[in-house]
Amino acid sequence: MTAHAPRGADAPPELVQLLTPEGERVEHPDYDIELTTEEVRSLYRDLVLVRRVDLEAVALQRQGELGLWASLLGQEAAQVGSGRALSGADMAFPTYREHGVAWCRDVDPVNLLALFRGVNHGGWNPAEHNFHLYTIVIGSQTLHAVGYAMGIQRDGGESAAIVYFGDGATSQGDVNESFIWASVFNAPVVFFCQNNQWAISEPLEKQSKIPLYKRASGFGFPGIRVDGNDVFACLAVTRAALRNARQGQGPTLIEAFTYRMGAHTTSDDPTRYRLANELEAWKLKDPIERVKAYLFKNELADQEFFEKVDAEADALGKDVRDRCLALPDPPPGAIFDHVYAGAHALLDEEREQYLTYLAGFER
Amino acid sequence: MTTLTLAKALNEGLRRSMEDDAKVLLMGEDVGKLGGVFRVTDGLQKDFGEDRVIDTPLAESGIIGTAIGLALRGYRPICEIQFDGFVFPAADQIITQLAKMPLRSLGTLKLPVVVRIPCGGGIGAVEHHSESPEVYFTHTAGLRVVACSNPADAYTMIQDAVRCDDPIIFFEPKRRYWDKAEVDLAAPGLALDRARVVRPGRDVTLVAYGPMVKTCLEAAAAAEEDGRDIEVIDLRSLNPLDAEVLTESVTRTGRCVVAHEAPVFTGFGAEIAARVTERCFYHLEAPVLRVGGFSTPYPPSRLEEHYLPDLDRVLDAVDRSFAY
Repeated sequence: MTAHAPRGADAPPELVQLLTPEGERVEHPDYDIELTTEEVRSLYRDLVLVRRVDLEAVALQRQGELGLWASLLGQEAAQVGSGRALSGADMAFPTYREHGVAWCRDVDPVNLLALFRGVNHGGWNPAEHNFHLYTIVIGSQTLHAVGYAMGIQRDGGESAAIVYFGDGATSQGDVNESFIWASVFNAPVVFFCQNNQWAISEPLEKQSKIPLYKRASGFGFPGIRVDGNDVFACLAVTRAALRNARQGQGPTLIEAFTYRMGAHTTSDDPTRYRLANELEAWKLKDPIERVKAYLFKNELADQEFFEKVDAEADALGKDVRDRCLALPDPPPGAIFDHVYAGAHALLDEEREQYLTYLAGFER
Repeated sequence: MTTLTLAKALNEGLRRSMEDDAKVLLMGEDVGKLGGVFRVTDGLQKDFGEDRVIDTPLAESGIIGTAIGLALRGYRPICEIQFDGFVFPAADQIITQLAKMPLRSLGTLKLPVVVRIPCGGGIGAVEHHSESPEVYFTHTAGLRVVACSNPADAYTMIQDAVRCDDPIIFFEPKRRYWDKAEVDLAAPGLALDRARVVRPGRDVTLVAYGPMVKTCLEAAAAAEEDGRDIEVIDLRSLNPLDAEVLTESVTRTGRCVVAHEAPVFTGFGAEIAARVTERCFYHLEAPVLRVGGFSTPYPPSRLEEHYLPDLDRVLDAVDRSFAY
């Protein structure tokens, strides 16, 4: 067993930050952005609603309505900030925790719940939302994003791909291969790593001896570390990286330095592997509270606004819950659907045999 | 009619596919300037450019993973895995992503990706260059798995594979790359999911695919001298399996022998034996017998002639079938 020091209390110097945990706006020489009051309010609303969907899903899992849920609690700013940086034509490749990015791509949250409820393996149409299906194998989607970006290059398109993955994924071969491909083909792709400090129970020290964003330089493209709990900074940095990609300047690795406040999924127990004071330190950096403080201090929103957003969150939570509970189980024949695009004689035979067998019970 | 080697027939088929559809891409290690280590892609980069015939970094998972992304963008990538034993680094992308993504999307995504794999032994190669990994892929729902055995089929099958909207594992028998035959470049060819009776016969059904088809035809020719009339079936497609052709044949002959290079234990022959037994039980004069590799890793090449089923081992199995 290797002991590790409590981390996260002190932000490393390279970290891009535009909004402090206390809600103070700070400037950055390279990544400053102008946001209208309306935009800031809209980001705040996104953060609150996304958190509410997530909390509702955790509750549903605890009540036995979902088989599993991967909570994004604490990572709302990284997801909403980067998600709001995307243009409609950009394509996003998520892992299984990108509920906030899905929100930004107008994917109905009930679709996400359906996957974790076991109704399907991912029911939304990726082409309709430019938001790919959740990928559960760690890091596989990074290669898909790079291939997609190579397609954009060939099409001469003015768009980019963005791919999400965690700190643990950076150890995977596929992620390293995707860095190589992106670099040598100069693919228009942004690698968005949400370093939430923990790969289930394994701390970052088990994945890397150097800060993750520094890995990019070894592959020949820029890496940036951003305060992953600062929605302004995540928006600004991702916007810049996407613009560079679209303009032919190749890939960027963004490391959003954040913290997973909950369990990896509802199946594990973080009290077994991490220290309470670490959690307490990160609570002070909450991504929602700092925007709220900023809005309040600068008199950009009043109590009525916050109450309205909270009421909207309540309504959304109820709507998501109701529609989740109403999701019907698919019919047995659905097992055989969509395995192949074309006809497949053996599968057709198995379908017919099984449905005939089932029909025998109904007589 | 033109006389072509199997490698050249594939090359012609790839060329046609690329001419017919600008979305068709070739990608792999050394497929460009070198034309592939077996020269199957010879000259294609010169004619179609580096954006369509893509020399990739040396990483198989990367080849398949990026091909998936290109397919999601509307392209039809054909990936070359240099040798059979090197497909395993790509197995994760093939099995967990390529095979399952269309289902995961409830049919909204199609992945028309062809994975070409030179397969099998018999060329005196070093370790990992002579394997028969077909059952790893036939066992994976969502993939189609085919194996060509002769130049004419190679020419049409590769084009059909590229046109297919499903992911396809396309096995090429590397010790047959240099076999020559007449190819009708205008002929449409048999549908990709159909087996072919390559030699009709009355007494026993011999089932093979890929490199073993030629061996089985030689065995049938030799048996003819002993007065045995062997029917040889080239499966062509392993998934889906054309069970109709098998049933019709074995119902008629009453005997069935399966031959492949891969180990017999849980090899593809086991599937044939089970299907034939289920469908032709009352017509069988003997159990379905299997001939294949041993339950060992592929041996050093000085021993491969013992590992690979040859004409005599096939005929020995035929004799055993008649001994029942």
